[in-house]
Order: sequence, then C-alpha cells, then structure tokens
Amino acid sequence: MDLLWHGIQKALVLLFTGDHEILHITLLSLQLSGLATLISVGIGMSAGVMIGLSDFPGKKIVVSMVNTGMGLPPVVVGLLVTILLWRSGPLGSLGLLYTPTAIVIAQAVIATPIVTGITIAAIQHLPKNLRLQILALGATRLQMVWLLVKEARLPLLAAVMAGFGGVISEVGASLMVGGNIKGYTRVLTTATVMETSKGNFDLAIALGIILLLLTFAINLILTMVQQHDRPR
Amino acid sequence: MSQQRIILEAHNLELQRGGVQALSIAHLSVLNGEVLALVGPNGSGKSTLLLTLASLLTPTRGEILLQGHALNHRSSAITYRRSIAMVFQEPLLLHTSVFNNVAVGLKLRGVPARCIKQAVEEALCRFHIAALASRSARTLSGGEAQRVSLARAFVLKPQIVFLDEPFSSLDPPTREALIHDLEKVIAETKTTIVFATHNQEEALRLADRMAVMHHGTIIQLGTTEEVMNNPHNEFVASFVGMETVVHGIVHEADHGIMIISVAKHLIAAVGEAQPGEELLIGVRPENVTLSTTAHPADSSARNVFPATVTRIVPRGLFYKVSLDCGFPLAAYVTGRSLETLGIGEGSSVTASFKATAVHIIRKRA
Repeated sequence: MDLLWHGIQKALVLLFTGDHEILHITLLSLQLSGLATLISVGIGMSAGVMIGLSDFPGKKIVVSMVNTGMGLPPVVVGLLVTILLWRSGPLGSLGLLYTPTAIVIAQAVIATPIVTGITIAAIQHLPKNLRLQILALGATRLQMVWLLVKEARLPLLAAVMAGFGGVISEVGASLMVGGNIKGYTRVLTTATVMETSKGNFDLAIALGIILLLLTFAINLILTMVQQHDRPR
Repeated sequence: MSQQRIILEAHNLELQRGGVQALSIAHLSVLNGEVLALVGPNGSGKSTLLLTLASLLTPTRGEILLQGHALNHRSSAITYRRSIAMVFQEPLLLHTSVFNNVAVGLKLRGVPARCIKQAVEEALCRFHIAALASRSARTLSGGEAQRVSLARAFVLKPQIVFLDEPFSSLDPPTREALIHDLEKVIAETKTTIVFATHNQEEALRLADRMAVMHHGTIIQLGTTEEVMNNPHNEFVASFVGMETVVHGIVHEADHGIMIISVAKHLIAAVGEAQPGEELLIGVRPENVTLSTTAHPADSSARNVFPATVTRIVPRGLFYKVSLDCGFPLAAYVTGRSLETLGIGEGSSVTASFKATAVHIIRKRA
C-alpha cells in the first residue's frame, strides 16, 4: 500500500513540475494515436459507409471479417507490421521499422476495423427507407451519403472514440514496431511497461495516470459533443 | 377528365425482385392535376409501383415519361427526382429542426437561403405546423411528423407527389384532420397526386381515379365511381366492399331487367344479357335491408328472401350481419336497428334489396 501511495505522490510531483521527458512522451502518444485514429476514421468510415449501403454477394462474410478484425490482438498486428517493415521484408526498403511512422501504421491497422465495424452497424441501423427518402428529395449520391453520415453521427462519434481508445491504450504493437526508443518512439504505454519492469513504480504510476487522464479528456470532449446532439 | 393533359406515362413496366415478377404494368397514364389512388391489399405492388414511378427502383424493362420526356434511370434520374416528391408511410425526418427538415430538399437543389426561408414558412403554415418550426423533429407526435413530411414534399412545388400510405400509422382523429388538410392543400395547389392505400375510404375521399392492383398488375383503372359500381372481377368487387359476390346464370332478360338464377333462387337485376350467360353478381351490404316480417310492407325491393342470421360482427358504428338465403348475403345494420329487430345468430329474418342494388360483373377472358 505504501508503494502505491508513494508512487502516486511522486507521480503528482512529476506531473505538476512539468517533467520534460514525460511531456515529450505524452505529446508523442497524442500525435501518433491521433494520426492513427484520423487515418482509421478516413479509411474505416468510407469502407463502413460503402459496405453498409451496398448489397453484394458475400457481404455477410465481409462484415464477419470486419467484426473479427475489431478484436484483432495488437501483438498479431505488431508481428505482421514488423514482418512487412523488416529489412528483408516486402516494405523493408522504406526503412520504417522502429520509427514513429511504424507505430502509426500498426495503430491504424488496429483501429480501422473497429471504426469500419461500428460505421457499418451505424449505417445499417438507420431506417430502411431513409436512403430512398433522401434520394426522392433530389439528392445526388454524394449528398445522400453525407446526409446519412450526418444522421448516424452519434454512433459514428462512438466509432471515433472506440478507435482512439483502442490505439492510445495498446502496447504490444507499438513496442514491437517502435522499439520504445527514448525520445523517438517511446509512448505512454511502452514507457509504462518499461518503468514497471525496472521497478520505477512512481514513474509508471505517473505515466498510467496521464494515460487515463488523456483518454478520459478525449472521450469527455467527444461524449459532450455526442450528448449535446442526442435527441431529447 | 379526358381533356386533361397526361403528365406521367408508364409503358410495359416490369420489375423483377429476387427472381419474382414484382410489377407488370402494360400502360398507366396519370393526368395533370388529378389524384390517382393505387389500391390493393398488402403485397399487391402499390409501393413497388410508386417507388418505380419515383425513379427509386429501376425497372427491368419498360418506359416512364414525365411530360413526354423519357426517364433514363442512369443519366436523368436526379433531374427527374427533382421534379417529383415522395412521402413514405413513416415520416423519415432528419435529426434536425422542423424548419431544416422542410428546407432540406430546397437546400439540396441549391436554392438561395432567403427563398428557402419564405418557401418553408409558407409550407409550414399550409400544414398548420408553423409553431413547430424550431422544434427538434425527434420530439414530434406521429401526426405532427407526417405533417412535416408532407410540408417537405409540397415545399418543392413538385409536378407530382407520390404518397405511400401516408396515413396508415396514424390514429383515426389525427388521420381525419390530416386528410382534411391535405384535401385543402391539393385543391389549392392543384398538385398531381399518386397515392397508395389499402383503405378504400381514403381512396374514395381523395381520389379522382382509382387503380386496383393485385399481384403487381393493375386489374382495373377508372374513376372511383366506375370502379366502385362496376368492378371488373370478383377480386375488385370484394376489395371495393361488395361483401357478397356470387355466381349466377341469366334465366331471362327483358326490357333492361334480368332474372338471374343463383343457387336455385331468382334475383332481379338491372342490365342487358343473354339468357344462359354466366356472370357474377355483387350486392353491397349497405343496400340490403332486414325485416322480421315475411313481406316487408314498405319496401319496393324486387328481391326478397327468407334468411337465417349466421353471424353478427361489430364494424365500428354498425354491425355486419352475415346471412344464409340459400346463397350468402351480408347486411349492415346499426346497433339500434339490431335491438329493434331483436335478432341474433340463428334468427330468421327477411332480407331484401332492389334490382338496382345488384352489380353485374361479367366474366372476362
């Protein structure tokens, strides 16, 4: 118990004194996970809307694959991205392994199926005839998609939250493809793992608290937007 | 009616869905300014026809012409859809204010904001929902939401409005009020309306012409009076409220009066036919009178039959009395008449109806 209390005390000191390294790790985590979420929202929402609105043979199989992807273990993603970016791998010539870009790629791979799956569900949950009604109002296909996305904005915000939550908190893939290099690819989760294994619980607790606060703050903002929009 | 210009035509319209022929319309013309009701039971193809005419479903074959211009489902669908409007059974409002919902079609067309404001305010007033303009569409009652949906369609000043059973999910007083207001709007705007309904009362009230649909085809099209009084077949007859449709053979015909043999009974009807001709006869229950005396004294009806009451079923403000006269017959009576007559199931009564109340349905090839 003392260990925890002491850890929390030291963590608060580190937080409020603005430790340079912690600040750097926090900002890098935000940048990389934010960018990965943006990429996954771009790809996942487009794919989700397309799949949700179209009827094609094998759609159920595709949706099942996406849903399976929503639970993709980060270490599996880390392994695949590592193999791809390995010096002798297919994309080895790009020299991306153990760089922040590699972390963004791995995190985007983790978040994309989450965003896609929730988007498909959100679009399919809209009333069946709404698409026809919007077309009957004279909408072009693009206008129709835009109105449908606006209609599904509450569950789509949940998709953004789930995507961000999935990547900011993952450690396996970031560690494997980023290498936890100090000042370069060290993010909140990988640093927490490292400090815990070294027995630096105060620092690990400080990093854990920041991670929690960060996740809470981002989700609070998105939830406020979502609830402000909620039908009353 | 015949002098009216045709606004919409469909030729050889066919649509297959899941390998099944969902629609097969040889020809349909909609006249400018008319209200055409598509009636028929659930699954008869009314909604499919409306969706196809609104260019929301692509027919397997056939042609649709608006004001003489053929619709190309690939290249001119958007232009076409911007000339029409459609209201569904569910209001299908967007998650925004009432004002924005009514404005959405105009915004999609790129109409300037000040023109939108004026047009939307007019439409809201027309459907008596001006006070709801700033309300969220999600907070509206069913009737209010359907008014918004109608305002959203009429604000576009479309050449045709397609209505797909817009009143069917409303309670009777709300439906009555909405039909009343819609009647006024139609009269004021003279908009051409094609609406689907399985409610013949709605069709009679709003429509100039009526198309009866069954299995994806139009089996009779005419003025509401024609269809109601001269149904082409047994299906139409039963659908337009002729509870009794029986087979008969013309026994004799003279000077416009036919004597038709129905299950060994003779029924007098008005019309011309050849003796021996087989036909169907229909009698509306509201034209059948019941009496407990064998020879009703104050009746000029030529058809008088002793009957046994087989069933009495309440139908809102009146009762439907099913009778066995040797052939089936039905009559509508009020609750008060039922009490006065003192009849119940198994009672013996005398059923009578005039020769003019007998509708002849000729058997068609």
